[in-house]
Amino acid sequence: MAKGIKKTGIPSWEELKASPGLPDADRLEEGPVAFIECVQEIPCNPCEDVCPFGAIEVGSPITNLPKLYGKKCTGCGLCVAACPGLVIFKVHKNYTDSTSLVEFPFEYHPLPKTGKTVRCVNREGKFVVEGKVVKVRNPKQFDATPLITVEVPKKYFLEVRSIERKRWC
Amino acid sequence: MRVKHHPILGEDRRKEDATIIVDGRKIKAIAGEPIAAALMAAGIRVFRKTPKKNQPRGVFCAIGRCTDCVMTVNGIPNVRTCVTPVEDGMVIETQNGLGKWREIR
Amino acid sequence: MKKTQVAIIGAGPAGLAAAIEIARAGGEVTLLDENHKPGGQLFKQIHKFFGSGEHRAGIRGFKIGEQLLEDTEKLGVNVLLDSPVYSIFEDFVIGYTHDGREKAIQAERIILATGASENALAFPGCTLPGVMGAGAAQTMINVHRVLPGKKIIMVGSGNVGLIVSYQLLQAGADVVALIEAAPEIGGYGVHASKIRRAGVAIYTSHTIQEVIGEDSVEGAVIVGLDEEWRPIKGTEKFIEVDTVCIAVGLSPLAELAWLAGCEFAFVPSLGGHIPKHDRNMETTIKGLYVAGDLTGIEEASSAMEEGRLAGIACAESLGLYSEEKARHLKEKVWARLDALRTGPFGERRRDAKRKLMDLMEGGADIG
Repeated sequence: MAKGIKKTGIPSWEELKASPGLPDADRLEEGPVAFIECVQEIPCNPCEDVCPFGAIEVGSPITNLPKLYGKKCTGCGLCVAACPGLVIFKVHKNYTDSTSLVEFPFEYHPLPKTGKTVRCVNREGKFVVEGKVVKVRNPKQFDATPLITVEVPKKYFLEVRSIERKRWC
Repeated sequence: MRVKHHPILGEDRRKEDATIIVDGRKIKAIAGEPIAAALMAAGIRVFRKTPKKNQPRGVFCAIGRCTDCVMTVNGIPNVRTCVTPVEDGMVIETQNGLGKWREIR
Repeated sequence: MKKTQVAIIGAGPAGLAAAIEIARAGGEVTLLDENHKPGGQLFKQIHKFFGSGEHRAGIRGFKIGEQLLEDTEKLGVNVLLDSPVYSIFEDFVIGYTHDGREKAIQAERIILATGASENALAFPGCTLPGVMGAGAAQTMINVHRVLPGKKIIMVGSGNVGLIVSYQLLQAGADVVALIEAAPEIGGYGVHASKIRRAGVAIYTSHTIQEVIGEDSVEGAVIVGLDEEWRPIKGTEKFIEVDTVCIAVGLSPLAELAWLAGCEFAFVPSLGGHIPKHDRNMETTIKGLYVAGDLTGIEEASSAMEEGRLAGIACAESLGLYSEEKARHLKEKVWARLDALRTGPFGERRRDAKRKLMDLMEGGADIG
């Protein structure tokens, strides 16, 4: 089976590891942090502009891949809502001893409610595990890109990247 | 089917305030929307039949370029329904071939 | 006959941006469009745009459109809607119709910003109701708020195919599959990732063999392609869908440029026959400018920049800007355009554009 973003639309682990937007293993242990899955050089830099802490650098040309400075990142999540490509996530590996938090953009109707159990999916849209919605953020500033935070068993924090859509149609 | 809720565009608060007559059947529509949108919302997909082989045609480009969606509107044939706004009481007919001009009372 | 200093044909992103630049320079502009509302295809773009802050990145397309309309209004641009232009005659007399009557307006300068239209794809069943352009589906869901179908297959993995698939999901439809004849996804990976997370299957090296249905689409047969793009027997797969969206590129709407007598170049990577133009966006006809998709298929961000460029150059030629002022303004636009045309996706377009512009200085024809 062919791998990689150009073949499948899903970045392979090799592509992700080679991108400068991922926090290192130490930083992942320390608390919530941005997880930038941007692996293609496209002309785009709102993530750099929106970060109040200078934790993301694109520089010039704007096709550079965004570089994450894990030490500066506070895990505020502003870049998650600002990324036009919807490929920035926020992960909090050690939320509890056994669970992690993953925050992701979710531009679908209806939004899940806090406290609800939802079906979490991976980058392929395949069901991984059930999780609990712990936060739904949708302030005006995010311009209709709501952010959902789910609590999932720790071993899935690198895998869970969204939830199943509810069909209203 | 109408897209009532939308995560980016919000709720559609427009009302179906017009009635159009499509092949003799009354259909609710929104005044000002393209005829093609009103028909699509009502689940109508065949807009005309071709002159030679009598094959069905519907919406293709939706911006007034391709003329696949033409119908007879108020007695006038070959009206591009994707760029012609709905008016209350409009009489719309599936067009056979090139259509015919005629008066509508 | 009515007269105007600058006539712009097409009130999409390129035409609006050009109009704003000329009005800002103190010029008098008439903007003509065949549609009932200005904005072209910008109002169906509901996603956040790429680029940088100066390209208005991170802002949704329709909001950029609202801003452009506000600016044109504030600057007093004269907008003639429901006014399809049918020809350009001698001495820049523009023929158009309005309310079923023929009209004419004469301009000192003309900017063509007529955009592009979607390509069709031929296969058995391609004319069945339910087979439509991806842009058509996008217009239906985002502008008119009507779903063209519930179960959809998308053909083509360029940015249009990927973005419209996502927007169909947002509107409540199911996109069952996206197929692409090439061995790789054509558009941005980020757009593909979004729809993959939502469960859309992407089949590369696949094409549509036929669409089945009595009076409208009831299903599609897709088939795998070998390295030479030939269908592989035995790989046919039936997919039950009610709608087939075609996203296989766009072609410039160049009729008016042909009618006006512009010289053309055939540039497949830009979408076909393109009117030759220089770095001022001026064609082989002095005083006739072009901007946007008509000059090569790109996206709204670069269309707006090209509109600005044409507007500034046009204002300069009318003496509204000094050469120095114009040069300064144009350099800024070019820097932004170059930024949009960098990286693996932009480079091809940038090179094609450069070659096209070289043609104006007597360069060799492009194969």
